[in-house]
Amino acid sequence: MDLPVIAPEAPKAGGCSAGSCGSTASQVDGMSDEIRARVQDHPCYSEDAHHYFARMHVAVAPACNIQCHYCNRKYDCANESRPGVVSEVLTPAQAVKKTLVVAATIPQMTVLGIAGPGDPLANPERTFETFRQLAEKAPDIKLCVSTNGLALPAHVEELAKHNIDHVTITINCVDPDVGAKIYPWIFWKNKRIHGREGAAILIEQQQKGLEMLVARGILVKVNSVLIPGVNDQHLKEVSKIVKAKGAFLHNVMPLIAEAEHGTFYGVMGQRSPKPAELKELQDACAGDMNMMRHCRQCRADAVGLLGEDRGDEFTLDKIEAMEIDYAAAMQVRAELRAQVTAELEAKRQKAHAPATQVIQFMPRAEAAKPAGRPVLMAVAAKGGLVAVHFGHAREFLVYEASAAGAKFVGHRKAEQYCAGDETCGDGESVLDKTIRALEGCEVVLCSKIGFEPWGNLETAGIQPNGEHAMEPIEEAVMAVWNEMLAAGKLDAKPAAAKCA
Amino acid sequence: MALEIIESCVNCWACAPLCPNQAIIPPAPREKRAGPPQAFLGPLGGERSDAAFSGGSHFLIDADKCTECVGDHADAQCVAICPIEGAILDELGVEMNPPGSLTGIPPERWAAAQAEIAAR
Repeated sequence: MDLPVIAPEAPKAGGCSAGSCGSTASQVDGMSDEIRARVQDHPCYSEDAHHYFARMHVAVAPACNIQCHYCNRKYDCANESRPGVVSEVLTPAQAVKKTLVVAATIPQMTVLGIAGPGDPLANPERTFETFRQLAEKAPDIKLCVSTNGLALPAHVEELAKHNIDHVTITINCVDPDVGAKIYPWIFWKNKRIHGREGAAILIEQQQKGLEMLVARGILVKVNSVLIPGVNDQHLKEVSKIVKAKGAFLHNVMPLIAEAEHGTFYGVMGQRSPKPAELKELQDACAGDMNMMRHCRQCRADAVGLLGEDRGDEFTLDKIEAMEIDYAAAMQVRAELRAQVTAELEAKRQKAHAPATQVIQFMPRAEAAKPAGRPVLMAVAAKGGLVAVHFGHAREFLVYEASAAGAKFVGHRKAEQYCAGDETCGDGESVLDKTIRALEGCEVVLCSKIGFEPWGNLETAGIQPNGEHAMEPIEEAVMAVWNEMLAAGKLDAKPAAAKCA
Repeated sequence: MALEIIESCVNCWACAPLCPNQAIIPPAPREKRAGPPQAFLGPLGGERSDAAFSGGSHFLIDADKCTECVGDHADAQCVAICPIEGAILDELGVEMNPPGSLTGIPPERWAAAQAEIAAR
């Protein structure tokens, strides 16, 4: 029986718990085997896994207990992809049906998260009822939750009881004076508490919740929103503290602020950080702990691989009409997971192998040779391969290539400028935007690229490269870097240094 | 003495469980919105026969039950958690959370931003 509580078109709840998201291969490698085993099929916690495994969020939690300056509770738009935005709020029964349908349709969907559009723990009945039913009906799906942390200490026991293995806490500060510039109010013990006093309570509860989760062996990822001029330098301290308390991954995400969103920061003209600022801060924090850089800041009702939202295929109307055989689906899912896990393990072994094979004592002269500077390269990728046409790419993965290897450092969003021959009239400006988004990158790898964008990219100082189509990303990136090194291009600063 | 929720309500559900008098009535599911009020289905999807749904597209307050939380809490609970400025009025029609009081955005700044967006 269909028991919707809220009409699909009616809810306009926005929200604030930032979407969950993950780590680079090398960072996962830096983890213990036990933790690696727990995150290897979680796209939001493992950078490797996110090429192969998908996640979904069910929007069962409309209420929130705090206000963040980057969130607007009125916002709802199907075309925007950012945390807190959602098109339909679901009842637990609807959420369970949707999850089973998606799991049967997308067998690589391994993770179900509740992330809003408000705060999951400000809606404990709905959140835990959804988890309870899913644990029973879909035991092969990992459950996780993303919270602002205010109500966390009160619910740690219950999270543990429902076998929630992964929790994300959004921690933007550990100093109430910084917090007062991010959180205008919280609702606490039957009162609305404004400003510094409210922020102090929130911070205290977040830290207490983090400690309690770690004590129970639950994996904790910390999300932070980088807000230039508000908490940018402060986040280094946040990173140190959460690491010391046992969080295993820190995900620093850029503030999204546009006047159209109607948020405080958007309307007041607070700027978002540039990609280079984000990378600089992530690099600074990386000395202290595992940093995650592949987060796509997804919606509270996102479905599919990170960066590719398939929510439209699973609206309430559509899922009601779908019948599934979950037992059969579980079988398919188990086979697929085993196959991908084996592939990933093989890849990891291969990545480690050269260390034992290549250790040779080099002649002194050769060892002293300059190793070549690091180069940022953008990749139009799918499934871990250089597999997307430049004009079809909705996003580019950015790798930093150096003598130490290829390191994933982030991603840049792009609009598809080539949507077919009819739309090519206004392709120009979209191409310009894409080129701007690639600022700081010296090379862009893709499966194919048209003549015109090739020329424009070269003019902008970005070398297009279509020679490594369908090769694994890291191998292709290192092949290009080695060519540049051999050609003597890596001795000095880049020629067209618009750089990051 | 009663408060009123108006159409700017975004149906976030935050207020309903806090009301000490169960005076807050949820909106109807979309397909049941036409016609007379019926038994309301609770937040977990189970039937909750003690409340009729509001018949509209947003939450409402039953004026006969609302006490503005006097005797139960220092602050009216729906007013204290509502995230939407202007969505709750007192008996005189005064906005309990006036513009700028929750978001911190000065009303004139908001108006200027909207005008700028409209002009684009």
